[in-house]
Amino acid sequence: MNGFERRRGGGVVATFSGFEADLLRSLASQLVELLRNEVAAPTSASDPLEDLLDFSGPTTEPDDPVLARLFPSAYTDDDEAAGEFRRYTERGLRDGKAQSAEQMIDTLEEAGLPPELGEDGLVVDVELSGDEAMSWLKSFTDIRLALATRLGVEEGDEAYWDSLPEEDPRSAVHDIYDWVGYLQETLVRALSR
Amino acid sequence: MPVETEQPETDDLTFVDRPWVTVVWNDPVNLMSYVTYVFQTYFHYSRKKAEKLMLEVHEDGRSVVSSGSREEMERDVQAMHEYGLWATTEKAPEG
Repeated sequence: MNGFERRRGGGVVATFSGFEADLLRSLASQLVELLRNEVAAPTSASDPLEDLLDFSGPTTEPDDPVLARLFPSAYTDDDEAAGEFRRYTERGLRDGKAQSAEQMIDTLEEAGLPPELGEDGLVVDVELSGDEAMSWLKSFTDIRLALATRLGVEEGDEAYWDSLPEEDPRSAVHDIYDWVGYLQETLVRALSR
Repeated sequence: MPVETEQPETDDLTFVDRPWVTVVWNDPVNLMSYVTYVFQTYFHYSRKKAEKLMLEVHEDGRSVVSSGSREEMERDVQAMHEYGLWATTEKAPEG
């Protein structure tokens, strides 16, 4: 596959195999599940008005290292200010990231990816508007941050990952991480021209 | 990597009126092209300026990417987190 290309007339396009499109959907779904799963804010309100007025959010870093990377502290040396910032931003950030990932899933399915991957030779042609492309860029980033955090990716460690035996499951996951990076690189390039 | 605290290229910034800064930190994941694209898209910086800031992040470990009031900087930090960049805010250095 060639990643994303700019189409004459504005949009960016990519052609995925059924397997690739299904893999992207699976990654995006896992991201949505993670973002929606661990409760971001204590929701106690039984009164709808109270619910609407409830701006409280979490004030401490998430336990999950992936979530901690997606929602880093805004202050390095002021826990109180960091807590306040988190209270007012984390819930919205989570919703935005989850919505982006859901949009990726919707776009893939609208482009012909069936609920269950069955037939061989399925081709999924995706065309993205400018806004959709920005949303995909963000989701590619979140997926890569999630995979890298789970794998323990560090600066300049490519040789280590290349040296892993093929049967090591981390090797396969790192290949997926590289592939999503490739897709993102081609999408940035298509948008920058 | 040692962290540089001095501010390069401060000619277009007046810290008197812009007491807070947004700092973007290096991470091993985000692509150089993507970080540059984010700086161009969100801050409307020229490609040249965006690339310069990206390289500072990459080589120095961090770069000051914007300055202003504390509220403005919190907005910028929030936006950087939306894009998946690791950003913090802090008081601008004196002088």
